[in-house]
Amino acid sequence: MEQSLPYDNRIDSESSEQVVNPWEVSAKDGGKIDYDKLIDKFGCKRLEESLIDRVERLTGRQPHKFLRRGVFFAHRDFNEILDAYESGERFYLYTGRGPSSEALHLGHLIPFMFTKYLQEAFKVPLVIQLTDDEKFMWKNLTVEESERLARENARDIIACGFDVTKTFIFSDFDHVGGAFYKNMVKVSKCVTLNKAKGIFGFSGEDHIGKLSFPAVQAAPSFPSSFPHLFPGMDKLRCLIPCAIDQDPYFRMTRDVAPRLGYSKPALIESSFFPALQGENGKMSASDPNSAIYVTDTAKDIKNKINKAKSGGHQFSVDQRELGADLEKDIPFKYLSVFLENDSELELVRKEYGEKKGSMDSGNVKKRVTEVLTEIVERHRRARAAVTDEMVEAFMAVRPLPSMFE
Amino acid sequence: MGFSKDQLLNRLQELEIDYSKYEHPPVLTVEEQAKYVSSSEGALSKNLFLKDKKHRYYIVSAMVDTKVDMKVLSQRLGLGKGGIRMAPEEALGELLQVSLGCVTPFAVVNESARDVALLLDQKFKNQTRCIFHPLSNDVSVSLNTLGLDKFLKSIGRDPVYVDLEANPVVGKDQAPDLAVYVPSNSVVVPEVSNKTSTIQNPPPKSVSAEVKPVASAKPSKPAGKVKSVAENSVPLAYKNPEKFVEEIMDKTSALLLSEAKGESVEALAETLRKRLTSDLTHLAIMYKNTAYAEGFYAGTHHQPKRL
Repeated sequence: MEQSLPYDNRIDSESSEQVVNPWEVSAKDGGKIDYDKLIDKFGCKRLEESLIDRVERLTGRQPHKFLRRGVFFAHRDFNEILDAYESGERFYLYTGRGPSSEALHLGHLIPFMFTKYLQEAFKVPLVIQLTDDEKFMWKNLTVEESERLARENARDIIACGFDVTKTFIFSDFDHVGGAFYKNMVKVSKCVTLNKAKGIFGFSGEDHIGKLSFPAVQAAPSFPSSFPHLFPGMDKLRCLIPCAIDQDPYFRMTRDVAPRLGYSKPALIESSFFPALQGENGKMSASDPNSAIYVTDTAKDIKNKINKAKSGGHQFSVDQRELGADLEKDIPFKYLSVFLENDSELELVRKEYGEKKGSMDSGNVKKRVTEVLTEIVERHRRARAAVTDEMVEAFMAVRPLPSMFE
Repeated sequence: MGFSKDQLLNRLQELEIDYSKYEHPPVLTVEEQAKYVSSSEGALSKNLFLKDKKHRYYIVSAMVDTKVDMKVLSQRLGLGKGGIRMAPEEALGELLQVSLGCVTPFAVVNESARDVALLLDQKFKNQTRCIFHPLSNDVSVSLNTLGLDKFLKSIGRDPVYVDLEANPVVGKDQAPDLAVYVPSNSVVVPEVSNKTSTIQNPPPKSVSAEVKPVASAKPSKPAGKVKSVAENSVPLAYKNPEKFVEEIMDKTSALLLSEAKGESVEALAETLRKRLTSDLTHLAIMYKNTAYAEGFYAGTHHQPKRL
């Protein structure tokens, strides 16, 4: 049974438990996030091996490494999406980005890389929401600046390789209105102030803009919000790939959907990408050494990885005796997320993590630097190809006749 | 200290790169070199070490009879008309760790040259062998471009071949086609005052003279990162069918050459398929997106037919 809404954020922060919500992610006592507890508390489900196998069977190709490695590890109703797909029914994808800064790091790209894979594997259309209004409301930005950031971020998103004939990107400031707004208001009517406070932790001091924002993030879950894309397809299901901290928005949306006569959106959720200084550190735009940015040069990446928190031992004697602490080793963690080849990763895991292995932290750092540099350089080349016309095309309100091909 | 010629030659041997070696008295110009190394051994090269106003450095290595127009080159790099000139002698020693008369593509093996861009003449590819100095001007080495590419890849460099004689229009709507190769980092070389730029091997005969009327290049982005110049150009592979196919062929043959280890052809084909599919699909999607975007622009700007 799905847990309904009552989970309360405020109680969490008072009892120094871990806090996970769209605006704050912190572990208990500066430790690691306990994902089992989180899944329990939120009421979503673990992505079982059997589901991953099913994805492989249905799509006829190897599941994405983020699935194989457990980066996307939780879901709501993903099995129902697969059921529907198997019986010939389609679905569409919905993901988004809050454009708070120009600098994107690899952690930001993860949901987009995964969504691109889903688009290709299942051959389904995608809507991408740029929440420039949210950033304006929560951060110290002007409207123009948040609109500008939205367009800049759109370029990086396009560079991830989405197919323009199946993808619609929109910014809230541009697009809210018409059918989209009607759904927003329908959602708002179903959520009391008290409920919103309970889910999101709003208080009497927060401005009313914040209160009405969740409806903006809910609306794209319903196909009737996009009459130019899905005319007459009101029953089309929606799958939302996102980081698990976004879960509260969609718990609310799922609660409201049946009352509006809509299908509940399904979710597939990822864990948090660690900062370079370790699991306890935070990736932050003000500390360039906390993350690998898509604008970093090969040299920058090499330096940052060299400084990253290592689980290896200082003396090679200890390293051979004990093996590295793979739980703490950030370069290894990054390798396990981004290295394509499973058997090579296994080899590194064995030779670095177990005793009497042949690898030391230098080897691992070198390899992960190579892998990340290749990713960043490919991203840069692709981004250089994104013209203003291309952004216009992706963001134009237009039909997508071949969206299911 | 930098790589020595012996270290370099050993490295070539380790990589199993086929080359021939010719020893001779030290030479400072191509004319002198030609006295000792006949053209039957391979095509001689002229090698320019250049610098732009933002302290970024370039080695341009070309066939002797290729005309390298510095003004055109400067524009194609997105540096404006007079943006590039010969690098000073100190930079030769500091960055390339070679002496006068010794500029060579091999100089990028040195760590000090990591930010130096290397542009190679496309015409080298048609030659059986080409001749360069292996870091010392009392030896010449001839090898073919496949060997040179293998060496460059072994030090983490992507070989860049350019049609040095091309003179494409550069303007508001046509991005400078070589701007992608501008180094992201500038280099500070300790200046020795009052030294005039020395002429390196050899004085490019073709420089200057023909100033073709070309639209002036868009001024490069002010402030902020030096990198932004490179990001301004749209890689032609995404727009132009020939470049698109060339990019595919380059990637495939590079992988073929580096992976062919005497295994069965089927296994090799399988490896190629696995390693290339994702990359090439990405390339194809960007190609498709570019075509769609251009069509979309045309569609939204077209004049309806007059009735």
